[in-house]
Amino acid sequence: MKSRMASVYGWLDERLGLEELLAFARHKTVPVHKHTFWYYWGGISLFFFIVQLFTGVLLLVYYRPGPEAYDSVRQITYDINFGWLIRSTHSWAANLMLVAIFVHMFSVFFMKAYRKPREFGWWSGLVLLLMTMLFGFSGYLLPMDELAYFATKIGLEMPEKIPWIGPKIASLLRGGLEVNEFTVQRFFALHVVILPLAFLPLLGFHLWLVQKHGNALPPSEEAKPAEQRRSMPFFPNFLAKDLAMWLIALNVLAVLAALFPWQLGEQADPTKAPPPGIHPEWYFMSMFYVLELFQGTWGLALSMGIFTLGLVLWTLIPFFDPDSRNGKRARQATWFGLLVVFILTATTVLGYWGVYGKGH
Amino acid sequence: MSFSKASTNEGSGESVDRRAFVGAAIGGVSVCYLAAIGYPVYRYLASPVERAEAQAAITEVTLPDAHKLPRKSALMFKFGPFTAMLIHHEDGTWSAFNAKCTHLGCTVKYEPHNNRIFCECHGGIYDARSGANTGGPPPRPLQVYQVKVSETGVVVSKS
Repeated sequence: MKSRMASVYGWLDERLGLEELLAFARHKTVPVHKHTFWYYWGGISLFFFIVQLFTGVLLLVYYRPGPEAYDSVRQITYDINFGWLIRSTHSWAANLMLVAIFVHMFSVFFMKAYRKPREFGWWSGLVLLLMTMLFGFSGYLLPMDELAYFATKIGLEMPEKIPWIGPKIASLLRGGLEVNEFTVQRFFALHVVILPLAFLPLLGFHLWLVQKHGNALPPSEEAKPAEQRRSMPFFPNFLAKDLAMWLIALNVLAVLAALFPWQLGEQADPTKAPPPGIHPEWYFMSMFYVLELFQGTWGLALSMGIFTLGLVLWTLIPFFDPDSRNGKRARQATWFGLLVVFILTATTVLGYWGVYGKGH
Repeated sequence: MSFSKASTNEGSGESVDRRAFVGAAIGGVSVCYLAAIGYPVYRYLASPVERAEAQAAITEVTLPDAHKLPRKSALMFKFGPFTAMLIHHEDGTWSAFNAKCTHLGCTVKYEPHNNRIFCECHGGIYDARSGANTGGPPPRPLQVYQVKVSETGVVVSKS
């Protein structure tokens, strides 16, 4: 038996170079220090993405875009065995994936892991985050219940407001002048074909870069002499811990999805006014609040300008703080990061306060 | 952390036992997880199958007004999930069959002028009264249903 296995392995190794791969895995190490915990969050994001692929394909088995969209989701939620669980898992994992990505992004930021030579990791990660938000936005419409309908209606007002070309773009996205069954069909194509096709190769690139450059050391570790730094082998030690994290993530997801099943609202009715307290998902709340804050034509331009400028600065941070010296620029970048965290948190909390707090 | 701790503890059978225990525990927990995920997924995918099976369990279909069916003609209807045919013969007698050809499953049709049931796919021929396979590739007769005609309709049932 053992020799049979060995000969099969030898046959495969000769053709696929498994030994090189194992040698690579054996030599790969992960730094150990007081911030090692934050290294797991990219992997946790990846785990939730895999859950999304799996549950998404399952939902695809029964979901029907177009005029029957609401009915098919109603059927999945109430008629199909465990349909509620699959749908709830998909919705919860989408939210948890965004949480994990945000934690991952900010930990990368504060560990200064965007510095040379990891700039492309930072940029590809940002694009992956924006695509994940688009996944969330397009997926949110697909059940075509009241909340989905109005959230999409509001969301599409943003491209609508771009000067000159805005209304054309918004109409093309909608497939009409109002959100309708063609919008669902389009968002469906976006959600299950276009975005995954673009996301997967970019994710591959992102992961390849992590392999190529290894884990970044936070500045406090880099300041230490090399012989004082500690590390652990990637295989099997870090991988085992990574998988343990995945198991925790799976358990958290299972508890949330089972105990707080995702609700399905009433069918969208364009002739009805939106229900009180309508608001987008939490990851758009900050933007929603700022849009509400600055009103009028210029207010809209101002709030969209603030977000665009913030995103541009956020993207360009590797150029502002490029090297490993802990100079003045590094401290300024840290302050900028803290400011961004503060603004995003404050506007999100204020947004929820505006929706729920004021005497509802 | 080291994964080979147990084997370095020489001189006690205990560590080997512990290693076997940990292995079995991990295996058992993995099986539990796989089952906890696999069972809902299986039931989710099998939903329409279960529904069709529940439908297939019915033993009787009432066809209101089917007693008005003219002689030398046939009525196609659903017997649960299956397609079935009711034939009113020239002499006033009735037959009913499952309309699935026993060769490769096409839906058969009644040919009044030839007084036979015919399958277009591969030319299978059945007797219009008994459902017996009389020509072509079908290996078995059609499944026969019982027919009861009343003033209000026709009741077709499995024997």
